[in-house]
Amino acid sequence: MPRLLPYLLLLPATAFLCLFFLYPFVQVAHDSVMRGGVYTLENFTRMAGHWKFSTAFWNTMLLAAVVVPVQLAMALTMASIVTKLQRGRSSILYIFAIPLGISDLAAGLIWLSVFEQSGFLNSLLVGLGVVDRPILLLGYQNTWVIFIAIALAEVWRATAIMMVILVAGMGLIPKEYGEAADVFGASRWQKFRRVTLPMLKPSLQTALILRVILAFEVFAVVVALGGTQLPVLMSETYHWQFAMQERGVAAAYAMVILAVSVAFTILILRLLHVPKGARV
Amino acid sequence: MKTLVKWRLTAAAVTVSMIAGPALAEPLFWSTQAKPIEESQKMRDEVMAGFPGGVDYQPSDEGPWLTRMQAELQAGSGRIAVLGGLHGDLSSLGGDLVDLSGIDAEAVGPAMMELGALGSGEQKYIPWMQATYLMVANRKALEFLPEGADINALSYDQLIDWARATAEATGGPKFGFPAGPQGLKHRFFQGFLLPAYTKSTVTNFRSDEAVVAWETFRELWQYTNPAATNYSFMQEQLVTEEVWIAFDHVARIADAFNQRPDDFVAFPAPAGPMGRAFMPVVAGIAVPRTAPNMDESMALVAHMLKPETQIATLRATNFFPVIATDLPEDMPASVKASGPAIAAMTGAADALPALLPMGLGDKGGQFNQVYTDTFERIILAGQDIRTVLDSQAEVLRALMIEANAPCWAPDAASDGPCPVN
Repeated sequence: MPRLLPYLLLLPATAFLCLFFLYPFVQVAHDSVMRGGVYTLENFTRMAGHWKFSTAFWNTMLLAAVVVPVQLAMALTMASIVTKLQRGRSSILYIFAIPLGISDLAAGLIWLSVFEQSGFLNSLLVGLGVVDRPILLLGYQNTWVIFIAIALAEVWRATAIMMVILVAGMGLIPKEYGEAADVFGASRWQKFRRVTLPMLKPSLQTALILRVILAFEVFAVVVALGGTQLPVLMSETYHWQFAMQERGVAAAYAMVILAVSVAFTILILRLLHVPKGARV
Repeated sequence: MKTLVKWRLTAAAVTVSMIAGPALAEPLFWSTQAKPIEESQKMRDEVMAGFPGGVDYQPSDEGPWLTRMQAELQAGSGRIAVLGGLHGDLSSLGGDLVDLSGIDAEAVGPAMMELGALGSGEQKYIPWMQATYLMVANRKALEFLPEGADINALSYDQLIDWARATAEATGGPKFGFPAGPQGLKHRFFQGFLLPAYTKSTVTNFRSDEAVVAWETFRELWQYTNPAATNYSFMQEQLVTEEVWIAFDHVARIADAFNQRPDDFVAFPAPAGPMGRAFMPVVAGIAVPRTAPNMDESMALVAHMLKPETQIATLRATNFFPVIATDLPEDMPASVKASGPAIAAMTGAADALPALLPMGLGDKGGQFNQVYTDTFERIILAGQDIRTVLDSQAEVLRALMIEANAPCWAPDAASDGPCPVN
């Protein structure tokens, strides 16, 4: 019995994952290569043939490329600050983590109220006399503003999740390494680069994988701020499934997101590889 | 993605069943109409209140609406008692709807009942309410109306002149058009612009006349507020005066009249070389074969056709009755304003009704997408009209063949799938 116990304890979670993740995943994978009862790649050709596909793909990539590095830098900074604090550590941690408690759609709406034509930013600009009348920021003519607004909202919303992981990781680094570096007269920056960062690799790995995958799945914030003006992979998936009623093509999109996520996960695992003997 | 959607649906279903727990015994009216919260509340409080035992009225977006119905059909049993939706929503469920010819619907005109047959020999749905699209102008814009133009008989060229004059006088584009994600822009292209220039929605999609139509619209777009790509319900921008002249569905301009009855005027859609094209909108009620209690469902359908229910529905949704009935004096301002404009449009000498798509089954969304994509490519992305029409025509042709849908008015009847020349 004791030998079976761990497996028994894992059973509910495993069953849950199989039912709600594995089974739908297999079904989506199947749908993506099935059309009219025959196995075919037509869903993928239709997807790639649609004029919005490459825009959606590159928008998603670009968004991830802009958002994730900014978040990484900010999360590292925030985590270092929080770790150094002697007092009020948990208060600051909670304040930093507030955006985590807000749903992504709500976050999008908050930033929409900042950027829309009758929003806070416009009121501010008009009040300061910078512009005569509210200007249209989130219009189709300047999609780059929409892009920046989405990037800001994403950074604001999801940096905390990385920070929480990194704070936990920093807490695990034995103090002795830092003290040894002090003995040799290392500067703060040297300590950060030569001690903290390498020791933080496993946490960085987790944080990056989580964030990158979520960045490829960005959806509600984009829809709230950009509508259909800035297509991303996920909004196109939704569109094909619900507006166009084309499950096969939507499934093909889902497979593309999966492929990209898997590719980047492997890449991150490789880049931040920690040899077994070097693990803390 | 699907995992996420399933999750959200499950979560939504759990929430709904928790909220609606005590209402489980009431028949479920599953609808794509009257979605705004005030409208659905009025549907519950005023329209459904007269039905013995009460009704659980639940509106939903088209996608989830169809997904749940299909799930119940696949499961072979369900809780949805009555379906409410636009002609296009219901036509995708044709084979799974129960024949309603047993219900007394003589008061509904035969042409509309014919639509409800969905091309089968059975009465698949019964018309429930009707509407169309209109133009609205702020009275302040009337002074810029071009010389000699009759607001009840405008042409597209006169509309452009008017929009230009208004833009020049006010220092910014003042024409409004619901081109946002939830906006009904595709209906404008399908039922108004293209038929007015080509007398066709499908067949002449890439004709030279269609090129002229899109050139005209591109000209109008210069005087259209660029924020239009975020507009969904033009009543909002009319009230804030972001736009002064607008096109939208009557139910989506109603609030402007109801809030400020003296400030706005409703008028018919403009005419093109082929006539004053307009799209009548018909919503219907149907009963799925999985309805838990057929007698109750039938009784509910019959209830919706009573004159007093029809008038209550008009008050709740701004959709007009499908039966001939006298409207009481105390109707909302929106009804008083749109009634005469609709009459002027449908009764115009050059009136050209362009029906909602028929026979497309579940391809309705993709059909709309062809027109939306054409708009986005020509107008927003600035691509060449001829090139875009040629490439979108291929998509449209493949779609018509796949759906095997024959032409509907104003396109000439076809034997097989509606051709795209």
